[in-house]
Amino acid sequence: MTARAETYPGPNGENLRAYVARPEGNGPFPGVVLVHHMPGWDEFYQEMTRRFANHGYIAISPDLYQRVGSGTPDDVTAQVRAEGGVADDQVVGDLTAASKWLRSQPNSNGKVGIVGTCSGGRQALLTASRSPRDFDAVIDLWGGRVVAAKEALTPKQPVAPIDYTKDLQVPLLGLFGNDDQAPSPTEVDTHEAELKKHGKDYEFHRYDGAGHGFFYYDRPAYRQQQAMDGWSKVFAFFEKNLGN
Amino acid sequence: MCTMIAMQTAVTGSGKGATGWFPLSQANVGFDHATHTQAEHALLLDFVNPALGAGARVAVEMDIASGKALVAQLQAAITEAERSGFSE
Repeated sequence: MTARAETYPGPNGENLRAYVARPEGNGPFPGVVLVHHMPGWDEFYQEMTRRFANHGYIAISPDLYQRVGSGTPDDVTAQVRAEGGVADDQVVGDLTAASKWLRSQPNSNGKVGIVGTCSGGRQALLTASRSPRDFDAVIDLWGGRVVAAKEALTPKQPVAPIDYTKDLQVPLLGLFGNDDQAPSPTEVDTHEAELKKHGKDYEFHRYDGAGHGFFYYDRPAYRQQQAMDGWSKVFAFFEKNLGN
Repeated sequence: MCTMIAMQTAVTGSGKGATGWFPLSQANVGFDHATHTQAEHALLLDFVNPALGAGARVAVEMDIASGKALVAQLQAAITEAERSGFSE
């Protein structure tokens, strides 16, 4: 594979920074947009991007915090947190533009999935719901605040993703830890009930003995057995929905 | 951004960051995912100066018990200073 930081055209024609990994060969390859987590556009996400390329996907992970400034991921994240996060409209624009870039690649098979963890899980679901024509499948890995009370909404995040459920037109895979507090099992129940109510195509898997971020091998939350089972479900889901 | 517990206050003072001392303009206090400490979440205390860039930051992560103890001792030090006639 080849992997490097490069730029792609944003929603307003601006150059946006992203980490891109491409498999060797002529393809055609499906594409995946990776939505980084709250700790930022960090080494974990670069490795995750290469992991998808290793499995035959053209993978792009946009730096959603790039307009805040430059610096180490944790310093930039601290500034983003202090500013109340990044605006949903901006995130949806950046991620939708990444899908269009993937489909414009000469070796694309025309199908694009989107996957994110933590805040990125929420943003992946939000983007797939708001830009249904630009994605063919979505994976939400323990995204917090998919369900949100009115008082938790802000001008930057004015609508909870669950309220876009009726607009979701692509299959959804969700993985969650039963010891997680955000999203809590009750919130996952609420989300699942909404998906059922609207007759959506989804599959949720909930893991005992796991909390938030159980894929993160560099954090105490890592759970090897649950993580490896989760990864197998991620690749099976994308193979089924994005494969040639 | 999974808890969205984050608040700010203006600060007058100085902090020592990765490249030395710099003037502070703001303190950010939150409770969210930890970057380094061995817990899923932590109290996050950042002394920053956004005008100097994201790297102008003195960062601390601690558990809630430590935060409560710190607040108590900070208040005690302020009370003692003011009792002694210091007000600035």
